[in-house]
Amino acid sequence: MTHENLFILKNLSKRFVKGKETISIFDGLDMTIPKGDFLAIMGPSGSGKTTLLNLLGGVDQPTGGEVIFDGERVDSLSESQLTKWRANNIGFIFQFYNLMPMLNAERNVELPLLLTNLSSKERMQRVHTALKLVGLEDRAKHMPSEMSGGQLQRVAIARAVVSDPKLLLCDEPTGDLDRQTADEILQMLQLLNRDFGKTIVMVTHDPAAARYASRTLHLDKGQFVEKEQLMEKSA
Amino acid sequence: MKDLYLVYKNLTRKKMRLFLTSLAIFVAFLIFGAVTALQGALNSGIEMSADNRLVVVHKTNFTNPLPYAYVNKVQNIDGVHQVTHANWFGGYYQEPANQVITMAVDPDTYFDVYSELVVSPEQMAAWKANRAGVMVGERLAKVNNWKVGDQIPISSNIFSKKEGGHTWELKVEGIFGATDPQVDTGYMVFHYKYFMETQSWGGDNVGWLVLTTDDPAINEQVAKAIDETFANSQAETDTSTEKAFNKAFIEQIGNIGLIIFGVVFMAFFTILVVVGNTMVLAIRERTAEIAVLKTLGFSSPRIFRMILAESCLLSFLGGLLGLGAAYLAVDGASEFLARFLPNLVLDGSIALQALGYMLLLGLVTGIVPAISALRLNIISGFSKG
Ligand SMILES: Nc1ncnc2c1ncn2[C@@H]1O[C@H](COP(=O)(O)OP(=O)(O)OP(=O)(O)O)[C@@H](O)[C@H]1O
Ligand SMILES: [Mg+2]
Repeated sequence: MTHENLFILKNLSKRFVKGKETISIFDGLDMTIPKGDFLAIMGPSGSGKTTLLNLLGGVDQPTGGEVIFDGERVDSLSESQLTKWRANNIGFIFQFYNLMPMLNAERNVELPLLLTNLSSKERMQRVHTALKLVGLEDRAKHMPSEMSGGQLQRVAIARAVVSDPKLLLCDEPTGDLDRQTADEILQMLQLLNRDFGKTIVMVTHDPAAARYASRTLHLDKGQFVEKEQLMEKSA
Repeated sequence: MKDLYLVYKNLTRKKMRLFLTSLAIFVAFLIFGAVTALQGALNSGIEMSADNRLVVVHKTNFTNPLPYAYVNKVQNIDGVHQVTHANWFGGYYQEPANQVITMAVDPDTYFDVYSELVVSPEQMAAWKANRAGVMVGERLAKVNNWKVGDQIPISSNIFSKKEGGHTWELKVEGIFGATDPQVDTGYMVFHYKYFMETQSWGGDNVGWLVLTTDDPAINEQVAKAIDETFANSQAETDTSTEKAFNKAFIEQIGNIGLIIFGVVFMAFFTILVVVGNTMVLAIRERTAEIAVLKTLGFSSPRIFRMILAESCLLSFLGGLLGLGAAYLAVDGASEFLARFLPNLVLDGSIALQALGYMLLLGLVTGIVPAISALRLNIISGFSKG
């Protein structure tokens, strides 16, 4: 059976307990992400965007509700099951790249493949395919400290796609980049979505970045609000 | 292990820190190897002494000689099984720096009393038959690369020959080994009679007597009887068990050994704290990176093992170099100290012990950061980083 929705969130809730205080971030959130979607999520700071990505990526677990990925419940998986599931299905792209400073570009890209059974030769082949895809084959041996922000983010994208995951989760991937570099990165994500069929969920503060996505959802106080409402407000 | 490269890169990312911590471990294992070898050498002299062997020396000063007549007198005392005697010759081979421990002994009895020394019957017969023959210990022969049949000139700066000069031409007639590797074979022996006849002073003195008793239980009794026999003569004797003799000789050094051992213990403890603390700081700096690895799908137990592997690698890096340096130091020192500490060796059992401690040091210094990495929650890891 194939499922046309990659993610279905049903009645999701998330609360943080800090000492005596309980902060409720989501309370009864519903959401559907079809396969092949390129979804941008916008919203004010503190609205829960990162928390949502963490829940989708299995980095954090919901307090209540269901998370269904490709037809299967993943909200009740154990930590070690989730770890495996992440390695198999999700590629992560962060605002500050999060590369290992002591590893060169190709060794950074190789990291997710260390979790597979591929031989070192096969791993390197894939690493170079991924680096080629992001246009950095000639920087394979460069250390992170020798690269610009845009190049670092491209290495990070190569690392995110090298194990061929279904879903890419990007938390403000262009938040640290200038306009032109940001556009290059966004075009690359668009290419991965269009030509490689990757489902992408991208959190951004930048309306220009959101325009590269196929659709945009606005998060406010733990709820999705209609775009028109916001438009009206700002108008 | 695929992660080894990652472990290696983590270990070597801060060169100065790596250098300082491995230097500390290096010093600890250098001291450990050297001191343990020293202790082993001190103890082996006592352990290897036979239970029923007594040594008879001049009462006033054990370097004074005893009359030859004592040999027969002692042999006739009740409870004495076999007597032999020895004279210190000293000597050097080719140049004074190349000291060779040589003694003039009685070929007929020496190897009976020292029954832990083994020689083939043919070599024994050949040696007994050749007055100018010498029986060389295995270790000494190896050091000088001497073979049976070699003619070796041995010079003395104490004795001179009747016919002039002070070099004795001796022929290697046999090489003796031992039943236990701990037994000293770093010396050689030649004929007492030949020595007395060829040296310019001549005389009929022996350096000291060595004897076996019929039973270790009567050692005290026999020792007393011997000393009483020569009481009030012009050469009074002092008889003790070989064990006691050796023990008294090295007791002072032994106490120093104990103090050094305390120092080693302190050094280890300090290094444990220093390296352990360095590891904690090093891993704490990497909190965000560990969170990233976990996000990518590296399991917590896997990261736990990587950190332990790193601390063990550090421990073995410094430790093996330190042990190697200790080996060289002990090897170098053993030549100079051969006369006092014939068994100064850093052997396999010490090395094995050191390897055990390296592993222990690695695990102990890595366990705290490894556990905190194991427990690290991804989200809090990112917020700290
Ligand atoms: N581990 C946590 N413990 C307690 N509160 C948390 C935790 N993580 C997030 N929060 C709170 O949840 C709310 C949403 O945080 P989140 O990081 O998801 O916001 P965001 O939309 O990503 O904001 P930004 O745009 O600033 O990145 C915030 O009020 C935050 O303080
Ligand atoms: Mg955020």
